[in-house]
Amino acid sequence: MDYFLTEEQIMIKDLARQVAEERILPVRAKLDEEETFPWELMKDLAQADLFGICIPEEYGGLGGGCFEYCLAIEELARVCIGVTTTYAASGLGAYPILLFGSEEQKQKYLPEIASGKRLGAFAITEANAGSDAGSILTTAAPDGDHYVLNGTKQWITNGGEAEIYTVIAITDRKKGARGASAFIVEKGDPGFSFGKKEKKMGIRSSATREVIFDECRIPKERLIRREGMGFVIAMKVFDISRPGIGALAVGLAQGALDLAVTYAKERVQFGKPIISFQAIQHMLADMATNIEAARALVYAAAKFVDSKPKDASKESAMAKMFSSDMAMKVTTDAVQILGGYGYMRDYPAEKMMRDAKILQIYEGTNQIQRNIIGQALNREYKVRRK
Amino acid sequence: MNIVVCIKQVPYPKDVKLDPKTHTLIREGVESIINPFDMYAIEEGLRLKERYGGKVTVLTMGPPQAEEALREALSYGVDDAILLSDKAFAGADTLATSYTLAMGIRKIGDVDIILCGKQTIDSDTAQVGPGLAIRLNIPYVTYVRKIVHLNSKKIRVERIMDDGYETIDLNLPALFTVVKEINEPRVPSLRHKLRASKTRIPIYSAKDIGADIKRLGLNGSATRVINVFKPQRKRKLEWIEGSVEEQVEKLLDRLRTHKIIG
Repeated sequence: MDYFLTEEQIMIKDLARQVAEERILPVRAKLDEEETFPWELMKDLAQADLFGICIPEEYGGLGGGCFEYCLAIEELARVCIGVTTTYAASGLGAYPILLFGSEEQKQKYLPEIASGKRLGAFAITEANAGSDAGSILTTAAPDGDHYVLNGTKQWITNGGEAEIYTVIAITDRKKGARGASAFIVEKGDPGFSFGKKEKKMGIRSSATREVIFDECRIPKERLIRREGMGFVIAMKVFDISRPGIGALAVGLAQGALDLAVTYAKERVQFGKPIISFQAIQHMLADMATNIEAARALVYAAAKFVDSKPKDASKESAMAKMFSSDMAMKVTTDAVQILGGYGYMRDYPAEKMMRDAKILQIYEGTNQIQRNIIGQALNREYKVRRK
Repeated sequence: MNIVVCIKQVPYPKDVKLDPKTHTLIREGVESIINPFDMYAIEEGLRLKERYGGKVTVLTMGPPQAEEALREALSYGVDDAILLSDKAFAGADTLATSYTLAMGIRKIGDVDIILCGKQTIDSDTAQVGPGLAIRLNIPYVTYVRKIVHLNSKKIRVERIMDDGYETIDLNLPALFTVVKEINEPRVPSLRHKLRASKTRIPIYSAKDIGADIKRLGLNGSATRVINVFKPQRKRKLEWIEGSVEEQVEKLLDRLRTHKIIG
């Protein structure tokens, strides 16, 4: 489908594809097998300026939006979403600063993330605070010119590898969700360390780790905006980051379709390539159609986000939820089309299927996305009835 | 440091086909790329600039569409690009090509280092680099695998030999042809790609570079390609059967008959 991209958008897509095919493709299986963090690839992405796509030019970026970012994510994800998750998580760490940071914070941190010199990360999840983000236990207490953080965050993407962390911690427990605040913590800050490295089903080249705050002292200027803004910041960040998860899903599913079609044309059974059988054709037709539908939704949601609406929570939740459910189905069907070969690690299909599952879980489970959409509908229709 | 990298646009090797009648390469409608060995020369130019400062200019001789190759070079971070293009350049062999490039470099002016790939993948001669150095009357080293160090006057390089490596000191300006061991080329950058798409690339004609028309293109070439053909395969396949001992005996017989062994 032609989405009538501008010359610059085509350039972004082409470059991301080139990096994905020349650099990521030859090593993706090895990275997955050995569960190694893709530092060399991060350097390539930095060299290609891809970390700066959606950061404004005055902070060293290229001044694109969510849409341009999604185009790059999609192309990279076509080859490996483990590597792409690492890339996109750095952007997730930058978004709170980009959206809510002070001028000084933007000047200090955004150019480093835009150039890829330092990776970002976003830390909200805890052992007992996943979908119920309101029950986080990590605290931040003012102490003179500093805040002192205590607590443990779990499953933090880029944990241990990133140098700039946006952390949500409670500053006033009595206020509930309004008592959370967002802080910037840097690798090397006193009392800041890393715990268990997780072993995962998929996206194994990405780092997922505990981050630990033990009397971690940070200067007061690291507070983003003001106390009590933590949840608002987190929700607004997810509103603009979730189309990116949709793009990861579309890219992944496209990669799986490419593989399935190529295989179906080559694989001969009963004297014919299996693509000549309707059973296979219909599966491929459904896969291709669902991918295209998801892509259209992701692009539309990303462009909507770029129009800076008052609230994009419903649209971005739709893009994330629909596309990741689609990617799970498409990658499962790709394994089915490859049959026994699809189940073997010699082909990338099984990795794609393992990788797909996380898209339905992280950045808000798809059940939470449905809550968000449902609540938005409830609000919209109340207004209309007046 | 003023660095010039000479590149050539070549057909993408997977798409190469010969015209069945003329036996020449079909270039129309075939995807073109920068000669792969030239990519290492571009990378080395950029690394030298990053280490020692200066400017990297990429130069090519070719038809108007060779501009694409120059734009691609710009997307890696090269500062400037120049295209030498004129109908008079057509049909040049390595003699005429190196003369044309030499005139182009004279037009650029003071150059400290010239880098070329070790050879092109479409003609495979490895002659243009050395020929260019001769015409510019500067020293050159081929098959360079490492630039060890340099200052404003002197440079030390390592070159690959069949049986080892050679370390050579020489004075600048100088020309080097590089092998793929020298570096790993970077990926292009978005910023440079955007700049490359907006850059106006100057095109120099024979007149612009003050070239002697008799020394250009087909007229200036000492060689003519009379025919390009696939070598005829005269190989015969023969299965040697029997026990291992019998097979060895039969094989030895054959080798002796053909006087391959005494």
